[in-house]
Amino acid sequence: MTHYLDFEKPLAEIEGKAAELRAMGRANEDMDVEDEAAALDRKAADLLKSLYAGLSPWRKCQVARHPERPHCKDYIEALFTEWTPLAGDRNFADDQAVMGGLARLDGRPVMVIGHEKGNDTRSRLERNFGMARPEGYRKAIRLMQMADRFGLPVVTLVDTPGAYPGKGAEERGQSEAIARATETCLALKVPLVSVIIGEGGSGGAVAFATANRVAMLEHAIYSVISPEGCASILWKDAEKMREAAEALRLTAQDLKELGVCDRIIREPAGGAHRAPEAAIFAVGDAIAAMLKELYGKDGTALRDARRKKYLAIGSKGLAA
Amino acid sequence: MNWISNYVRPRINSIFSRREVPENLWKKCEECGTMLFHRELSDALNVCTNCGHHMPLSPRARFAALFDGGVFSQVPVPEPVVDPLHFRDQKKYPDRLRAAQKATGEAEAMLVATGEIGRTPIVAAAQDFSFMAGSMGMYVGNAIIAAAEKAVEMKRPLILFSAAGGARMQEGILSLMQMPRSTVAVQMLKEAGLPYIVVLTHPTTGGVTASYAMLGDVQIAEPGALICFAGPRVIEQTIREKLPEGFQRAEYLLDHGMLDRVTPRGELRDELISITRMLLGLDPAVKGELPAPGDNSRSEAVTDPADAASRD
Repeated sequence: MTHYLDFEKPLAEIEGKAAELRAMGRANEDMDVEDEAAALDRKAADLLKSLYAGLSPWRKCQVARHPERPHCKDYIEALFTEWTPLAGDRNFADDQAVMGGLARLDGRPVMVIGHEKGNDTRSRLERNFGMARPEGYRKAIRLMQMADRFGLPVVTLVDTPGAYPGKGAEERGQSEAIARATETCLALKVPLVSVIIGEGGSGGAVAFATANRVAMLEHAIYSVISPEGCASILWKDAEKMREAAEALRLTAQDLKELGVCDRIIREPAGGAHRAPEAAIFAVGDAIAAMLKELYGKDGTALRDARRKKYLAIGSKGLAA
Repeated sequence: MNWISNYVRPRINSIFSRREVPENLWKKCEECGTMLFHRELSDALNVCTNCGHHMPLSPRARFAALFDGGVFSQVPVPEPVVDPLHFRDQKKYPDRLRAAQKATGEAEAMLVATGEIGRTPIVAAAQDFSFMAGSMGMYVGNAIIAAAEKAVEMKRPLILFSAAGGARMQEGILSLMQMPRSTVAVQMLKEAGLPYIVVLTHPTTGGVTASYAMLGDVQIAEPGALICFAGPRVIEQTIREKLPEGFQRAEYLLDHGMLDRVTPRGELRDELISITRMLLGLDPAVKGELPAPGDNSRSEAVTDPADAASRD
């Protein structure tokens, strides 16, 4: 069962009709429905294309959060070989919202770290909807430092609504854990590349995405606050999320202009969830290309370039 | 404390507080309700003389009290692009900025200065909660970087007073980017072997706590300060349960191992002098305005007459 977003309703109707028609065709052998169904398919494909060609920022948020969008685990399993998850922060727990471990990309060993949201009720609860606790960030710190010691590049996949706002998370130092993770990103003397595959939610995303190269999927978002949160603070009305999404400039396209995102990865027509495999391989190609630019560079130069890049961000605003 | 301050004054205050009081002369403590005379309050660095409640203190007033003789010189902060996203909510961002500048008389939400505390040269930066909730945008990021660069250039420690509602939403992603930018500033200090001391004041929240405000060599907080990543309201809405008393307050964080110390504002200056001097390997500070006789740190420059006599 496809999950349709609210703005995809007209599409759902057409696709529903086509499916109905085909079911009827299967039931009555003397009925020839294929021509009509194929016409509906074409109509649906055109509509899908036009809907996704001009997605508003709020619609992009919806697509970025689409439950059927490929998640971290899907990317890791498809793109890497010898995936060897490594667990725990050695202090408190293993945070299931963060995946991390050793793997090979095109035969070369790397450290992979990412947020995992889960894809059904059980795994979503297990993964805490991709909202990491301090242990998650501390696991990431541990793995990044290990990668640094052994000269392995670090690949991060970002997909989180934000760091978990919970009692225990605060007590165990959510802020400190995020701050240290960002600090660790900025201290590494190995290549660090990041892909924002869905939601780049605030500090929880920065902690992984402070990288030499940051790529974003075409409909991914990266923001200081969720549009709903921003709307409830600045508009005093959470329902104003469309306006807030617009104002925050959280799309990959805006972020590229601001120098926060280095590369935009095209998504298949209708978004990554319509053709996960194509999206996953496009991400794989982007990771390989970004790493290629960094392989063989001196560690200190890599670290200094990363720091310089962040110091320079914001020197130009968006064009009027 | 006696029965006059415990009983009579609150009663008198409760009578007076019902009347209209000129705002500039008396201020009511929002904690205990005591009416405090403005001079008495500013002498106490905006700490209630009755209950010890710490009220906001502007960076300028803080620096005047912090630096020897109130003397400091301001470090210029590179001006960022104004309104980089052309942000507009119910008001235009530049209008909000102008209103804050008018209300505070300050350019932005952070002030950076150099000067001496107890004859110890330092760089200090202080965030201004009254300026758009002290929120961290490009200017605050630039201020922290300028402070760190100044400290490295002059080989001085940096003492930073944080106060912020978080990131400046009107600068969108660029406000978020101040987390890595300010972290690079902290790394400059650490790599130059210079102490970085953070004093967390009420409130320090969000991306500010999750970056430069939690990366100090020494973490001190003022009593009662709210220090958190996610605010209590957000957490209550998420977990749907009542939070414990004192949750996310300075003392609670101290109990949970997130701070080194909780220090009342009145004792902060001496403590900062003491800590910076120890970290820098300097001799104990001179107490009072003039060097005390026989003080080691000055013994080479100031000759004790008694010593001089014995040497002859």
